[in-house]
Amino acid sequence: MSEVIVITSGKGGVGKTTTTANLGVGLASRGKKVVLIDTDTGLRNLDLLLGLERRIVYTLVDVVQKRVNYGQALVRHKKYTNLFLLPTSQVADKTAIEPAQMLELVEAMKSEFDYILIDCPAGIEQGYETAVIGADWAIVVTNPEISAVRDADKIIGKLQAANKKIKLVVNRIRPQMVKDGTMLDMTAIDDILSLECIGQVPDDDKVVDSANRGVPVVESKDSAAGEAYRDIVGRVCGEDIPFKPLEVETFWQRLKHVFGR
Amino acid sequence: MFDFLKIFGGKSESSSEQAHKRLKFVLIHDRANVSPEVMEHIKNDIIKVISHYMEIDQKAMEISLENDQDAVALVANIPVNRMRPVAGHRR
Ligand SMILES: Nc1ncnc2c1ncn2[C@@H]1O[C@H](COP(=O)(O)OP(=O)(O)OP(=O)(O)O)[C@@H](O)[C@H]1O
Ligand SMILES: [Mg+2]
Repeated sequence: MSEVIVITSGKGGVGKTTTTANLGVGLASRGKKVVLIDTDTGLRNLDLLLGLERRIVYTLVDVVQKRVNYGQALVRHKKYTNLFLLPTSQVADKTAIEPAQMLELVEAMKSEFDYILIDCPAGIEQGYETAVIGADWAIVVTNPEISAVRDADKIIGKLQAANKKIKLVVNRIRPQMVKDGTMLDMTAIDDILSLECIGQVPDDDKVVDSANRGVPVVESKDSAAGEAYRDIVGRVCGEDIPFKPLEVETFWQRLKHVFGR
Repeated sequence: MFDFLKIFGGKSESSSEQAHKRLKFVLIHDRANVSPEVMEHIKNDIIKVISHYMEIDQKAMEISLENDQDAVALVANIPVNRMRPVAGHRR
């Protein structure tokens, strides 16, 4: 059975594409057959995070406009051979894809993949409608910041009106700030949005480092964010994984962080 | 009693607590604003219930979400024309 998940947020830059890439790699490395669809037409990035930017020939726009079959546009990952990317166009804009066309495509792909993950653009316009229409359920990504949480709630209202089930990922948590009482924690955000939370991802330099390389952080064993993403992968697969308390850096770790490299 | 905490500069509300409260508040409003239809439904349901007991001026009736420091309240202003004779006799 195929599962179609849209990764969305409302506010931009909170970590949708990062979450999509990590979830995709994590599921694929568990042996699932996965396709990631980038719907951020005009501002594509998923290809970069996966290290696939140089292998794109056709795009989602070519597929929905019936110039090629989706199979011709898929880019297969070299290392995770059951992970595929359906990239979007970098020159077209969001109006190039109608929600109905996207729905038809997703339905057609269901028979071939265990998971179809859709990376949604920021905002609540046509790009959002296109990304969400074919999804069985949604992951809403937010940051522990007042504006990101508010925008998340706006999207949650829209998703609920469309009868989509929603799970929450809180990204870029800074444990020290939470401890100092200067940042919202997962429990508070849970209380505000009343959704099931499937991940709390710490703010981690390794995320940027791994984006530079095009290798998602979920594979690095020594990254706190990587560990959080592995837990999210497990929860998406239906495992009951307890949340670990976030680790605040000790004095020595921080010293090492500052001076060591 | 002495408020030692206050005297010794004890905790004022942290910024995360403030964010929590402010968000709870603003989201109720955001949601209410997105759906005036829901307010209309609530209004109609209130009219239905109250009309069993009293005759009210439906046109002049107003309901709204209002807020003070840290709570949101549903405030209704319902002018009553007269009591119904059956009041109090319902099951
Ligand atoms: N846990 C994290 N720790 C540190 N940096 C992060 C983390 N998550 C995301 N970032 C950084 O935040 C930036 C935005 O991330 P990303 O592109 O995934 O967000 P997005 O929601 O897809 O943005 P957009 O709305 O533009 O599509 C990137 O530079 C990314 O490296
Ligand atoms: Mg993105």
